[in-house]
Amino acid sequence: MRFVLAPVLAPVLALISAALAAGVIAQAAPAADKPDPAADAKAFRNYFVTKFPSVKLEDFVNGPYSMNEDMRKQWVEKEEFPPYDFALDAGKEMFAKPFKNGKTYADCFENGGIGVRQNFPYFDAQKGEVVTLELAINRCREANGEAPLSYVKDDMASLTAYMAYTSRGKPFDIKIPDDPRALAAYENGKRYFYTRRGQLNFSCASCHVQSPGQRLRAEILAPALGILNAMPIYRSEWAGMGTISRRFITCNSQTRAVPEEAQSEDYRDLEYYLSYVSNGLPISGPGARP
Amino acid sequence: MRRLVLAASLLIAAAAPAPAASEADFKTAYAAAEAAENEAGSLRNQWITTETTLKAARKQADAGDFDAATATAKEAEALAKASIFQATSEKDRWKDAEIH
Repeated sequence: MRFVLAPVLAPVLALISAALAAGVIAQAAPAADKPDPAADAKAFRNYFVTKFPSVKLEDFVNGPYSMNEDMRKQWVEKEEFPPYDFALDAGKEMFAKPFKNGKTYADCFENGGIGVRQNFPYFDAQKGEVVTLELAINRCREANGEAPLSYVKDDMASLTAYMAYTSRGKPFDIKIPDDPRALAAYENGKRYFYTRRGQLNFSCASCHVQSPGQRLRAEILAPALGILNAMPIYRSEWAGMGTISRRFITCNSQTRAVPEEAQSEDYRDLEYYLSYVSNGLPISGPGARP
Repeated sequence: MRRLVLAASLLIAAAAPAPAASEADFKTAYAAAEAAENEAGSLRNQWITTETTLKAARKQADAGDFDAATATAKEAEALAKASIFQATSEKDRWKDAEIH
């Protein structure tokens, strides 16, 4: 019997094996090569929710205050007279003040720039790059014949503070189109986030994934989930406001790595990644941090 | 006796001052450090410490202290090479830290 069936079964089995192998390869290849931002975001959120079961999901946007009760009490008191108030007033005034050509920032943004913070950064398919709110503000200025602002503080921080304020409570809604360039930018941001650098051999994740809630000298480290939702921030350490650019540059310097230029491709991609994995969490900016 | 002579020779060699570094020695050491730092730059992974050490070496050389300047330049080269090693080893290793 064995000798009778064998010649018949052998090609059939070979065909089945080949088909199965092809099927496995066809299914496995895209999963291995193509980034899956939705799966990443789900795993990212699950990690923090599991690590900090007593922290409400929307509270992660409050950074160190979600991790430490004493700090939270101080913060709640501080919010009665927020240290970023001056930036909000200045930002509102700047936002409304016409450029020399008579136009305003409102002419450059959807919905007149009000309540749109949660949509930044986005992938510009025409230019093939990630556009952050800070970059969009300077492009708006340049398109209207104005000089670009410094990306790190002062006017840029005030403008983004005001724009964030008009989006408070709105969930991050970052989109990654099914475009290989957008996926590559997302992947580059993820790579940057997890890559160790500087003489101290730290990655962003070393502090904000592996050690949130722990002390780094006098500071309580913030969780990466929701870490950009409160930007820009007033930092007591800076004695002033700072943008996302300033935060990235400072983080790099603290690990003794030479920082990149503000709004470099790596930094914009990093912002894209970090914002995307915090999708659904509310904008809480501007914020105040020690 | 032979052991004694050998030990004495080693002691004398260790105690003898190293020959003073010349400006040429410094320039060679600095060029090597700078080349390594440029390579780290092409990998976008320079360290602030390397930059400050290179600057310190230049300052020592400007003051005519080529012994110190050469030693500092060699230290800068070692730092730059460490940053290159870091960038190279992190090229794929970052994936091990990713949340899945």
